[in-house]
Amino acid sequence: MEEQILSIEHISKSFGEVHALKDVSLQVRKGEFLTLLGPSGCGKTTTLRIIAGLETPDEGKVFLQGQDVTNWEPNKRNVNTVFQNYALFPHMNVAANIGYGLKLRKVPKGEISRRVEEMLQLVQLPGYDKRMPSQLSGGQRQRVAIARSLINNPAVLLLDEPLGALDLQLRRQMQGELKRLQKQLEITFIYITHDQEEALNMSDRIGVMNAGHIEQLDAPEEIYERPKTRFAAEFIGQSNIFSAVVRRACGDGTLVLDFAGGTILAKGEGTPGEQVTLSVRTERVRFGQSPAQGFDLQGTVQEHNYTGGLLRTTLLLPDGQTLTVSGMGGGTDRAQVGDQVQIHWNPACSVIVERGEIHAPERACETVQG
Amino acid sequence: MRQSVRAKRSKGKNGFSPAVLPLILWTAVFVAIPLIYILGLSFLKRASTWGVELSFTLESYQQILDPQYLKVYGESLKMAFLTTLGTLALGYPFAYFTAKLKPKNRSVVLLMVMVPFWTNSLVRIYGWMILLRTQGVVNGLLIALGIIDTPLKLLYNFGAVLVGMIYALLPFMILAVYNSVEKLDWSLVEASRDLGASRWKAFWTVTVPMTLPGIMAGCVLVFVPSIGLFFISDLLGGGKTILLGNLIRNELLTARNWPMGAALSMVMMVMSLLILWLYRRVTGAKDMEGLV
Repeated sequence: MEEQILSIEHISKSFGEVHALKDVSLQVRKGEFLTLLGPSGCGKTTTLRIIAGLETPDEGKVFLQGQDVTNWEPNKRNVNTVFQNYALFPHMNVAANIGYGLKLRKVPKGEISRRVEEMLQLVQLPGYDKRMPSQLSGGQRQRVAIARSLINNPAVLLLDEPLGALDLQLRRQMQGELKRLQKQLEITFIYITHDQEEALNMSDRIGVMNAGHIEQLDAPEEIYERPKTRFAAEFIGQSNIFSAVVRRACGDGTLVLDFAGGTILAKGEGTPGEQVTLSVRTERVRFGQSPAQGFDLQGTVQEHNYTGGLLRTTLLLPDGQTLTVSGMGGGTDRAQVGDQVQIHWNPACSVIVERGEIHAPERACETVQG
Repeated sequence: MRQSVRAKRSKGKNGFSPAVLPLILWTAVFVAIPLIYILGLSFLKRASTWGVELSFTLESYQQILDPQYLKVYGESLKMAFLTTLGTLALGYPFAYFTAKLKPKNRSVVLLMVMVPFWTNSLVRIYGWMILLRTQGVVNGLLIALGIIDTPLKLLYNFGAVLVGMIYALLPFMILAVYNSVEKLDWSLVEASRDLGASRWKAFWTVTVPMTLPGIMAGCVLVFVPSIGLFFISDLLGGGKTILLGNLIRNELLTARNWPMGAALSMVMMVMSLLILWLYRRVTGAKDMEGLV
């Protein structure tokens, strides 16, 4: 187990009637890039503000480097924040903004200007020290804000949607740069975003947040391939989410389920007759002329949506539900609308994200080839 | 005064729009012509009986540097300076904490600040006389509490006038500062705290510089009228504290020396313009947006 640098335990916070956070716990490892991902209003910014000390939790504790800092003033904590709107001081030039933290610590002037120069090099803005924030572009302001926080050598750097205001191309570039900085300086990053691509691309671990709690905390691949909740499956990537009934469990962790008048397989635990909600990524669904992998599910090609890189196909199932399939665009051998196809996927790609009530097994002890 | 600045601004722009004509007319009739009239008056000779003689003279301007007058200017500037300082010391915290209240409470507090404007200022100053006089409320209270034996002389001195001035002009400071604090981006203060500043340090390095326009606007709004206000020093100063405003009134109404009164008015005008110039220097404002 790697060293823990920050730990928040059973944090709750309400603003009037609104419960922003409900019993949130989170352990952050030293040097990791942890992203809190969620829609606006899910409590991710509140979590960050509690770590920074800008908000006091109603319940729970915050530990930083083993110390209980729950009631510490923000200026006493060895964490720094890159604010969403950058919050650069408009009455100070770039050098004064970046050197602000050192000046507060009464670092000698020569030392400050040397460190500021270093920071400007690091964020690739050499020679910008005399500019005022109003003379900078969005991306440059962003870099200054990052430099201003990094100069204090924080134990943890908190970033609140730092790329939210930038256009797509600049955002991609800054993603790479942030990642590079994080690796180079070996500083722990806690990063907030509502952009799933950003989260998947940059993070060591992602905490998916919804309605004031963390739904799932895992590595990006785990989050994407094996979402644990319906919300996580829906919020990240494109998924088919449907309910099916467990027919029986094979010994090897594979379940046989009834779905839309056919038979499908999934990985997981279940008891016969149990109703479960499954999630299957649209790009994992395959279809062809003959059944495969123990599946027996028929569908009709309803429509194609060409989106450039991807071709999105809607399949109509016998009971009127639809499945969405994404495949490579540009191919010429696409199935014709109206074609009957057999649908299947790798059983490991369908995961149970929700469990419903148990129904009496309709067809007990029926055998299916796996 | 403020209007003339405005007019200068609109005239200074390139391209003349007919839409500004009413504004120019208005300014000419109510600001420019009276000012020119006063300026002209100050160069005329005092008539032996009443009014002025139509002959050019610098007599009045030779008199304005009389040591007795200089003392009055000094006293006026001191009063204006202390009034500004007093309103700032009281008004800034008041405005700051008002701006931090919930919106509902905020409007109640601001209403309370405005209410005195709706009553006659003379009546309000008489109220201070009742409080401060020898048999007044303050002395009564202090004697009742056994803090003093004989009544203090609170009225008819420099301090009483200063209190009255601060009282009368405080709302201007509060409203000007409030405007600035209300617009303050609090995330800047949070950023400063986050970077290691104590509350106090964050206040001085971020809040104060960011609200400087409001502070300066408030100072101008208080300083300029406090040079001219005369009824407060009349009532609370008992005629002993002579300020520039009193002097002008005396020359115009009592001594009937119109040219002298006009010349002293020009002195006051110059003082006010100096303050406006200082305001622009400090805030770097291109116009008087913070003031109007």
